[in-house]
Amino acid sequence: MKPKHQRLLLAVIAVAALVGAGLIAASALREEASYFYTPTTLASANVEPGKAIRLGGMVQKGSIVRGSDGVSITFTVQDQERSQKVAYRGITPDLFVEGSGVVADGRLRPDRVFVADSLLAKHDENYVPRELADIDMSAAAHTKDTLVP
Amino acid sequence: MHRFANPARFLRIARPLTPALFLLGLILTLAACIWGLFFTPTERLMGDTVKIIFVHVPAAWLGMGGWTGIAIASIVQLVWRHPLAGVSARAIAVPGATFAAICLITGSIWGRPTWGTWWVWDGRLTSMLVLFFLYLGYIALSNASSDKGDTSRVAAVFGIIGAINIPIINRSVIWWESQHQKASITLGGSSIDSAYLVPLFVAVVGFSLLFGALVLMRMRAALAEMRIEARMRRMAEG
Repeated sequence: MKPKHQRLLLAVIAVAALVGAGLIAASALREEASYFYTPTTLASANVEPGKAIRLGGMVQKGSIVRGSDGVSITFTVQDQERSQKVAYRGITPDLFVEGSGVVADGRLRPDRVFVADSLLAKHDENYVPRELADIDMSAAAHTKDTLVP
Repeated sequence: MHRFANPARFLRIARPLTPALFLLGLILTLAACIWGLFFTPTERLMGDTVKIIFVHVPAAWLGMGGWTGIAIASIVQLVWRHPLAGVSARAIAVPGATFAAICLITGSIWGRPTWGTWWVWDGRLTSMLVLFFLYLGYIALSNASSDKGDTSRVAAVFGIIGAINIPIINRSVIWWESQHQKASITLGGSSIDSAYLVPLFVAVVGFSLLFGALVLMRMRAALAEMRIEARMRRMAEG
């Protein structure tokens, strides 16, 4: 075996070991490295009330109810399977609209309502000009499929 | 492959190629930025801030592409001992780090009006920040070798190990729930309207040509420096 081939073999083994280690580490991190719970993972995670967590998902259409004091709102965050009721007091981000994504910092109340301390808007992967968007905003979750040629 | 590993032949090709790439890259980049800034429609939710995409996405891709280049050049350096491989890997590092930094900064500026925050520690943002730090580590490591002409083997090993971060950045939004949205452009297609996609494509080509020109410039400078050092050594030896 020529030295060049020896080095090549060594490099291939090293790269394979590296990729293997990376994939194992990444898959082990799968739950822990998630930035937020979705309503589905929250339901199965058994999080006790009062613990600071993050919740993310879509703001359900028609679920935003603004309180009479002008700063309290309640809404429902949903994913494909489940939904979670959220209460928040404060100014909502500009992109906080029904049918769009949201990430909320907060904690569960004993009655399983999620009380948010802060809200971040989450933009989806679709980029659509405003004049085309009037067609149907509620389709945001499905736009990707319709836009792929 | 050996044909292009000869520094003299490389310089003959690189000399006219550098200004050509630079000029074409500059024209395309400027055209794409003007097009993107003034002649694209506002986005349905983000409004005008969508226009950061024409710098943010090319910078992100080139930041990641740069490290991929470093890793490939490092393997070539270690296995085939090509004289130019180490030089090219070093030449990529500084432009690569710059584009990674541009990606992080424009992303932060974009995140404030869109998400409501400058920064979050989700999988995508954190792994991209790690890439920037890896670049800094690589630059420090490759400069630490006392002799500029000696292409450091430690740096090459570091370049290969660091490459594990590239697929992690790419998959971060799929493996883990994240603040950053999922990929808009995949092999299966794009969810970016063509009003943005076409100028974005021009910007990617333009920035890539500029990146290539920068790498060639730095490689030529490194080779010239090596030649000066060799000549000085000969003169000193008398």
